[in-house]
Amino acid sequence: MRMLFVLLSGALFGFGLALSTMVRPEVVLSFLRWHDMGLLLVLGGAVVVTALVYFLAPRLMQRPLFAPSFGVHPSELDRRTIGGAAIFGIGWGLCGVCPGPAIAGLGTGNWPLLIALAGIFAGAWVQGRWFGGLAGGAGPQAAQGVR
Amino acid sequence: MIESLFPLGIAHYLAGGLLIGAGVSLLFVTTGLIGGISTVFSSTWSYLSRRPFFQQERLVGSRGWRLVYAAGLIAGALAFVLAGGPAFVTEVPWWQLALGGFLVGFGARLSNGCTSGHGICGLGSLQVPSLLAVLTFLVTAMISARFVLAIGGA
Repeated sequence: MRMLFVLLSGALFGFGLALSTMVRPEVVLSFLRWHDMGLLLVLGGAVVVTALVYFLAPRLMQRPLFAPSFGVHPSELDRRTIGGAAIFGIGWGLCGVCPGPAIAGLGTGNWPLLIALAGIFAGAWVQGRWFGGLAGGAGPQAAQGVR
Repeated sequence: MIESLFPLGIAHYLAGGLLIGAGVSLLFVTTGLIGGISTVFSSTWSYLSRRPFFQQERLVGSRGWRLVYAAGLIAGALAFVLAGGPAFVTEVPWWQLALGGFLVGFGARLSNGCTSGHGICGLGSLQVPSLLAVLTFLVTAMISARFVLAIGGA
């Protein structure tokens, strides 16, 4: 039952990405060059709904419907977070593809995204292989290992 | 003013954003999980690599649902096309997709979040480090997107 809702949640997310046209690298690049600021509305709409639910759900519900507890995403303020974000941005500006649209875009028949996906997988491997360190294992998300 | 900022209109952007938020919210309310995307690119390596980094509990323990979540993303976008939405094939050159993708994968995993993890989930839980990460990648992406145009890219 839990996995069914994971799938449904992903599908809502993917439908939203397709509807917002964020699955098109050209739209992302046009936003980054200030030709059309629409992606700010995508981000804003998503954040408002998420903030509301992240705030209210743990206060109104004892626990999630199909799991024992609510998770958290405590991000850390350090060089990795900011340096990684800077590198991520350089790549995002080069290709107009970020992880969600890279995956969802396949559903709209955008097959060249497979090239971007291969690049993302390779980048994630290099990060883990040579730049993972031990900090990753002791990170705050360790508590979040939900099966 | 509105038309110069949003020449293609605002409705589909807003509706899409609200649906994305609904997806992240549904995931949280039903499973308690935080629906960032980029971790799947590390956790999936745990099926193939025995290295300690990829065998961390937080990756091995979450790799199953993350793949299902990724499958949902594709299914949702496919549903949009089946419902009459336009299919689309990008014309961004392959080298931009490959090099940009590599930096996206490396940077997102180093930063422990991307547009969804820091942008939606991090901002949605009012995390200051995520806000700084978002501002950082917006600035570098805007510079990079103009730079690639200047050197003859798409």
